Amino acid sequence: METLLDSIALAEEVGVRVAAAAGFGEDDQYRIGLAVHEGVMNAFQYGNEQRREKKIHVIFELFHEKMVIRVADEGVGFRLEDVPDPRMDENVLAEAGRGVLLMKAFMDEFDVLIGRGGGAEVIMAKHYRTHGNSQST
Amino acid sequence: MSLKASSREIDGVIVIDLDGRITLGDGSALLRDLIRENITKGHTKLLLNLAAISYLDSTGLGELVSGYRLVKSNGGELKLLSLNKKVSDLLQVTKLYAVFDIHNDESQAVASF
Repeated sequence: METLLDSIALAEEVGVRVAAAAGFGEDDQYRIGLAVHEGVMNAFQYGNEQRREKKIHVIFELFHEKMVIRVADEGVGFRLEDVPDPRMDENVLAEAGRGVLLMKAFMDEFDVLIGRGGGAEVIMAKHYRTHGNSQST
Repeated sequence: MSLKASSREIDGVIVIDLDGRITLGDGSALLRDLIRENITKGHTKLLLNLAAISYLDSTGLGELVSGYRLVKSNGGELKLLSLNKKVSDLLQVTKLYAVFDIHNDESQAVASF
């Protein structure tokens, strides 16, 4: 995707539609959409620093037990352990820094790797529930 | 749809009615400008009515915090009204629920200033 503000909403919408097609209910569709939104927003703002010549790579994968989402930027990468916890007293009134927390809270799995090009690759997954899903892979 | 806003005054409290999405871009910028405009006019009792907010991202949360800090630094108060479940959950997850004064009833919210 292009490093544009519009890419955030586009990726979110695609994520919601893939989640719906996979059989997730509305609540999980919202959580997945928000997680995609936060991941692409981080790639736009911090990874690619809003530079249009850089791309944001988003991949949706449906496995037997879960939906996996990968968001990769073309920046310099970051380490999860270097992201301050915004819930700590000294950070709770910070104006930024809650995106990673929201992705972790809304998805069942979350990790950050160094992507092939050296940028950050966020990998997150949502497990299908034992009821109410008729996923196809 | 991004964000729409309108303001009204009740007993010296500025109630800002917000409708739509507070996300990175126009929505967050509008909220930021509204709060700053009110501070500039000397209005330091602000009540954000979030009843019609359908979506909030981490940038939107940041603008709420930024507004809270700005109003407080000017000797005032910024409070929140009518959070739906999604917004409430976001504030709970981020521990911001303990920071803001949150109300479900407008008259009680106004009286609390």
